[in-house]
Amino acid sequence: MAAATPRLEWRAVHKTFGGPPVLAGFTLSVDPGRSLVIVGASGSGKSVAVKIAAGLIEPDAGEILFDGRPVQGLNDRERRRLARRFGMLFQGSALFDSLTVWENVAFRLINADHIPRKAAKERALAALERVRMARQFAGLYPAELSGGMKKRVGLARAVIGDPDIIFFDEPTSGLDPITSRAINTLIGEQVKGLGCTAVTITHDLASARMVGDEVAMLEGGVVVWRGPASALDRSGNPFVDQFVRGDVEGPIKSMV
Amino acid sequence: MAAVPAALKPVRSVGAWVLDAVRRAGAMALFGLRGVAAWASPPWFFDQFGRQLLSVGYFSLPVVGLTAVFTGAALALNIYTGGGRFNAEQIMPQIVALGITRELGPVLAALMLAGRVSAAMAAEIGAMRATEQIDAMQTLSTDPFRYLIAPRLLAAVLTLPVLTAVADIIGIAGGWVVATRTLNFNATVYVRNTWDFLEQWDVVSGLIKAGVFGFIVALSGCYHGYNSSGGAQGVGRATTHAVVTAAVLIFATDYLMTSVFSR
Repeated sequence: MAAATPRLEWRAVHKTFGGPPVLAGFTLSVDPGRSLVIVGASGSGKSVAVKIAAGLIEPDAGEILFDGRPVQGLNDRERRRLARRFGMLFQGSALFDSLTVWENVAFRLINADHIPRKAAKERALAALERVRMARQFAGLYPAELSGGMKKRVGLARAVIGDPDIIFFDEPTSGLDPITSRAINTLIGEQVKGLGCTAVTITHDLASARMVGDEVAMLEGGVVVWRGPASALDRSGNPFVDQFVRGDVEGPIKSMV
Repeated sequence: MAAVPAALKPVRSVGAWVLDAVRRAGAMALFGLRGVAAWASPPWFFDQFGRQLLSVGYFSLPVVGLTAVFTGAALALNIYTGGGRFNAEQIMPQIVALGITRELGPVLAALMLAGRVSAAMAAEIGAMRATEQIDAMQTLSTDPFRYLIAPRLLAAVLTLPVLTAVADIIGIAGGWVVATRTLNFNATVYVRNTWDFLEQWDVVSGLIKAGVFGFIVALSGCYHGYNSSGGAQGVGRATTHAVVTAAVLIFATDYLMTSVFSR
């Protein structure tokens, strides 16, 4: 039986920002409906890999394929159309300061899909309810929210367009363990509810175990291990073992 | 790279500086063209355009008005003093009107906007860049050039001529107040001399300059904010560069346009 076409694939991607390569032949794929977590030390290139996939950074070499089709070389209109199939939750939530909570959530509906504001607001309020945000917060501005609430709003904004794939960039960074768990639970609910593909980058192993079907370990710009999330503690891979134990000594140079 | 003799090192430094300046100028010009091209096809964000009209135009009126009234008053005093040296005090109203409409109205309004608007645009867009809001906009299928840049460019191009027209009137009024209250000019004669002497082109050329300056003010703020990096420090740098670049370009294009308009 022929293997299914991956939803997203990085093929031999290279990226350098004037120094040593951040990605050096990075190759990875995720199948439709699966949740892939990319872990790695700080500065290992996780965020760059995801931003390249989301079309925010151009790779120096290599290919990104979405449903088997390369995404490089698209014109602006094609790129915007492709972006409608993506959702992204940013590390700092990246909410628009000048807009209220519901306007942030409805941003895509109003500005890209040109849905009337009243209808967009109703859908935004429903999305906020799905991430357990009460209606009373809908009129507040991002500066008036806590870190956990901002993540919920960012999550509602990422899922409101029913995307085929959602990127989560460090979804629990800066949050306490209880809020982190709540956010991870919400992510799991939303991804399963939409039946979409998810790519999460994190160095929080509790998050990786909770939201991931599979985990890939990134080090030195390449994938050094890939396996089920349940196998993280018995991978037998020296990079993963060092990362799981938090050892200073080991093959991961960036932690020394 | 081959070793450069010590005597030629300053030449190499100057060459590198020139190349860098040309590269930056080219990048800024392309940025401006992309911003203009964004108006050529939908989607258009008229709500953002309206917001910028208010921010750039309406909220700049007080600072532009104050600058104009004091400049007009000081100009009147200086021309009166200078004219007195060869018994030509009576031409003061005409020279004030000419100086304000052709030169000081557009240039000072533009410089005020460089300080107020370029800096604000660079800071706002730079902060959006630092906090990944511009990246977020792209993932939400919205082109930042259409949503952020194009409305600002057009709003500044349209509002600066209006602000300049207001500055022209207030500046001439400032000169009129000084002339009639402290220099014993006849109020009616002053106005008639101003009106009779002014040519349509004096005003129109100033307004054309203002439109170009408006583009420069918004372009400088947007370009430096959009391309900022390095967090809060980067935003601060972008703000400074935006104001300095706008001011230098305003003076340079003012000279170029004046030399063309004076032929």
